[in-house]
Amino acid sequence: MADLEYLFFLGCLIPYRLASYEVSARKVLNKLGVKLVEMPDFNCCGFPIGPVNFDLALSLAARDLCLAEQKNLNILTLCNGCFGTLNDANKILKEDEELRDRINSYLQQVGMEFKGTVTVKHIVHVLTEDVGSEKLKEQVKKPLTGLRVAQHTGCHLVRPASHVGHGDNPEDPHVLKELIRLTGAECVEYTDETECCGNPIIGVNEDLPFEIAKEKLDHVKAAGAQALITVCPACHMMYDFNQPRIERAFNTSFRIPVLHYTQLLGLAMGFSPEDLRLNELRVKPTELLSQIQ
Amino acid sequence: MAELQQEAQENVKPEKIDPKFKYEVMKHPGAEKIQMCFQCGTCTADCAIARFSDFYKPRKIARIVQLGLKNRLLGNPMLWLCTTCFTCVDHCPQGVEVSSIVRALRNMSVGNMNEMPFIYKVFASNVLKTGYVYLMPESRLKRRGAEGLPPLPKSNVEHVTKLFEATGFLETLENASTFKNVNLKTGDQDG
Ligand code: SF4
Ligand code: SF4
Repeated sequence: MADLEYLFFLGCLIPYRLASYEVSARKVLNKLGVKLVEMPDFNCCGFPIGPVNFDLALSLAARDLCLAEQKNLNILTLCNGCFGTLNDANKILKEDEELRDRINSYLQQVGMEFKGTVTVKHIVHVLTEDVGSEKLKEQVKKPLTGLRVAQHTGCHLVRPASHVGHGDNPEDPHVLKELIRLTGAECVEYTDETECCGNPIIGVNEDLPFEIAKEKLDHVKAAGAQALITVCPACHMMYDFNQPRIERAFNTSFRIPVLHYTQLLGLAMGFSPEDLRLNELRVKPTELLSQIQ
Repeated sequence: MAELQQEAQENVKPEKIDPKFKYEVMKHPGAEKIQMCFQCGTCTADCAIARFSDFYKPRKIARIVQLGLKNRLLGNPMLWLCTTCFTCVDHCPQGVEVSSIVRALRNMSVGNMNEMPFIYKVFASNVLKTGYVYLMPESRLKRRGAEGLPPLPKSNVEHVTKLFEATGFLETLENASTFKNVNLKTGDQDG
């Protein structure tokens, strides 16, 4: 079991807005024998800094990577943004010697040096690559048979393909679908599954992300899904927290519950809806829960 | 094609061209291959933002960089509409990372014009002050204990400040002016 140990990089948005993701993730990971080591200290992965100063964003990411290197642990994140940013920094700093020297000259000011000795994983990678489907199947005590859900893998978990690795297909992502099927639920297909949630630009323009998200919710609804499953807090905010606002903006109604994958898996593992904080979702999954109970 | 010809005609006025601009852009990580763009338009065809915006077209951005029309790009608010979905990076037959080029242009706009969207100034200021992008309310931090969650890791603000200083961004941040929104109808700043 010793190899199922990771430095837990929680990020900023989850502790700020989405305790339901953290609580449900900690519960299922613990039950699966995954050990989370808390960060000795924390700074933002650099995601919102990259657009204004990429050198600083890389330095912030590299500092987090250095903390993991010092502990000799791989990083586990729950957020596509943190995963993409840390993983990307790890890759380009390993490959680009000139850039690495420059970033290391900044890190020198804080007594650190990036060496490139750890790997960055999203919880989806830990579940599929390290825990494995056999062990997951063993833990599924209450299969969610009869439930029809759709998935939104999100962008930074699979793109750009040349940077991400981990073997999913960015044109037709299947890894999250397989994880969903392990819970006993059916994973339905819908139009434009790889479309972005739009969240990263919501701070400069709200109308456009709302249009993109509305299109996604239209497609998910047309496919007859009872819920949408996400693995990123930003995507989740877009489809759950903003769903009533999107409904108002377009004078329409979706009422599609959006669950963190860890909540779906948790239900299948026998945790109660309260344990998994399903009550904290903005769009209440009442119908879905009555069906599976 | 007509659009391209029109662009080419408009753009021959020599005073508007900075022949070194593309080399400046190419110095940024990920933007190295800008000269390989052969204007096929795949990036624009597959860009979700381009579908909903009359102003944001990644193919055009690549062309304007190649032509050296620096003033059309630096400080242009529409640059902030890219969601960094990276579809253009995966689909470009020439290996041009348009979204990395957009990131380079944003960085250059911030550095040269001292201007950024308000939200980015707020986020960067929060990171500088607390290590986190958001100012965590005291009530939230307290609630973690009651929820059975470990305390949120403290941040090393001293280290973060040193990195802001070392990269020169501390000064930029302090002096930067801001704008609130990008207007979809005009492509201009709002507020
Ligand atoms: S897809 Fe690549 S080659 Fe084609 S227009 Fe866009 S950047 Fe240029
Ligand atoms: S990364 Fe930006 S430019 Fe490229 S397809 Fe996505 S939104 Fe468009």
